Amino acid sequence: MLEAGRADVHYWHDLWRYRELLGFLAWRDIMVRYKQTVLGAAWALLQPAITLVVFTFVFGRLAKMPAGGLTPEQYPLLVMAGLLPWQLFANALSSASGSLVSNTHLISKVYFPRLVVPLSALAVALIDFLIVGLLYLGLCAWWSFWPDWRVLLLPLFTLLGLLAALGAGLWLTALTVRFRDFRFIVPFLLQVGVFLSPVGFSTSNVPSWRFLFSFNPMVAVIDGFRWCLLHGAQPFYVPGLLIGLGVTAALLVSGLWYFRRTERSFADVI
Amino acid sequence: MAEPVITVESLGKRYLLDHAPSHDTLRDTLTHGVRGLVRRLTRREAAVREEFWALRDVSFTINRGEVVGIIGRNGAGKSTLLKVLSRVTEPTTGRIRLRGRVASLLEVGTGFHPELSGRENIFLNGAILGMSRAEIRRKFDEIVAFAEVERFLDTPVKHYSSGMYVRLAFSVAAHLEPEILIVDEVLAVGDAAFQKKCLGKMGEVARSEGRTVLFVSHNTSAVQNLCTRLLLLSNGELTFAGGVAEGLLRYLDTGVHTSGRALDHQVPAAGAPLRCLALTVNGRAEDQLDLPDTRDSLAIEMLLEVTAPCRVSLESFLSDHYGSRLAFASPGHEAGNAHVHDLAPGRHRLRAQLMLPQLLRGHYQLEFALVQPFLAKFVSFPAAIQLSVDGTGTTWGRLFEQAPSPPGFQLLHGTVAIEPVT
Repeated sequence: MLEAGRADVHYWHDLWRYRELLGFLAWRDIMVRYKQTVLGAAWALLQPAITLVVFTFVFGRLAKMPAGGLTPEQYPLLVMAGLLPWQLFANALSSASGSLVSNTHLISKVYFPRLVVPLSALAVALIDFLIVGLLYLGLCAWWSFWPDWRVLLLPLFTLLGLLAALGAGLWLTALTVRFRDFRFIVPFLLQVGVFLSPVGFSTSNVPSWRFLFSFNPMVAVIDGFRWCLLHGAQPFYVPGLLIGLGVTAALLVSGLWYFRRTERSFADVI
Repeated sequence: MAEPVITVESLGKRYLLDHAPSHDTLRDTLTHGVRGLVRRLTRREAAVREEFWALRDVSFTINRGEVVGIIGRNGAGKSTLLKVLSRVTEPTTGRIRLRGRVASLLEVGTGFHPELSGRENIFLNGAILGMSRAEIRRKFDEIVAFAEVERFLDTPVKHYSSGMYVRLAFSVAAHLEPEILIVDEVLAVGDAAFQKKCLGKMGEVARSEGRTVLFVSHNTSAVQNLCTRLLLLSNGELTFAGGVAEGLLRYLDTGVHTSGRALDHQVPAAGAPLRCLALTVNGRAEDQLDLPDTRDSLAIEMLLEVTAPCRVSLESFLSDHYGSRLAFASPGHEAGNAHVHDLAPGRHRLRAQLMLPQLLRGHYQLEFALVQPFLAKFVSFPAAIQLSVDGTGTTWGRLFEQAPSPPGFQLLHGTVAIEPVT
């Protein structure tokens, strides 16, 4: 059953068997996160709320960027529709890439498919996403601007965002096991990424760069979110979506490949 | 009946040791890579990487219902073997066939989170060890009762005493129901009563439920009580597989470190007025001695070089293999000045006859010290001689559990003689 240098054929079966562990790890991270904090789960709302205010002020008021089909007063809706997937991506990516190293004690002592660890990080990010979603609903109520039927496609774009985070996260977490440098690289990437993704502004503001812009997989996700949530105010840009899908798929496949390839030495290197 | 559940064939695990003091950072790898490239281009020697085989060509079979102990000295590869068997790391060579669900317990309380309560940790730890939620819920009460932590179930485990923590952790693991249980040294924790309870639980699991247990321990009495078979590892190789009594004897033999000469065990105190130039026991200078019969006495001879006048007597200790002292003989303390000698600078020869008590078959250590009774220790020889006693009986055991100082161990009267050497 175990052989030297042979990929385990039971891997995917095992992964399914350990699905409960995935749930438990996610549950642990959620339970533990706000222990000994005063504000508790309010932190999950506070950060996006403040980011929302800042971005609205900088991009909407100072830079007076066009609100992409909305009225200038509705600029926060535009920002929030971008912030929602971005937060999902950023949380998922940063916790997934740190996940293996922060679970060193498990990796070196117990067997389970290692993929469970970054996946559980995604689950945690997804829970946060749902909480931030409440904030968005609050904004909707304030402007009485409720999403229409297009919102039904939202889960697809959520999935796309998660997969992009997973693909990049698999690379980064496997690399972090070996090179702790990536612990410093990830926050920097995310810091830069928030400006290289159309979070605070609409993609229609960068028509000439749009094609190049689309190689950031989050561009397709954020555009998709805006299309779903803002009555199609942000029209689809088909080449961009396809590129985004392609980049995500490439990240995911290569990430899985690299993760699986290095996985068996994790316990020796970590 | 004999149905193999674990088959291991020529298993090997290699680690690469980097001799450069490298912290694994990207920069190091890059500079290393560049340097390696330059070296290869200029055709100098390749980078220095040493191979280390933690396990080499290990093969064995374990049948259903066996309790197998794995023993060996530190670094013999026991933990690596367990890690490979429990799939934490991959073997470099060879193959393993496991039949049935494996649970491994390489450490007590793996994955416990200090912020979570006892109740939450039971579920978390259970899931990590491979139990399903339904299974944990079913055994929850049993686990709590076994761990004796009912009152603190909702307290975060960071407030637990270390004993409570360990009890809870072991209790979760003990209620796993795998076909194959792999346990590493976890019994070294907890108080004596709880250790006993754990051992009992493990024995019960193996005996009554027909599970297979692999068990690493340095606790030879636990191994002896639990195991039906032993594997002995040394330096990554399997050197023995078979009966418990024989395996333990072999293990204790490998445990003896033989530097060669008994004299080399000498530890002089700072500023000691004398030192030992030669030490023989029964005429032999080696630090190992086989005694066919303990009714023999030991003739100890030392050549001393004295640099300042001093008063000297000889002390002897007999310890069991683990270093617990069994007996002490010091005529200088007991009989006063008769056995204390005033030595002038120069060379002296010390001769003493040591009577041993009746000893069971096994391994013992002799330790000597040259002292001024009650005042100073000049030179000591910790673990100077490893005694292998065949004894009269063949039983394995410890003799002196009730009587710490048996009457038989003494220096024969009038036999510590020290005289100048010309």
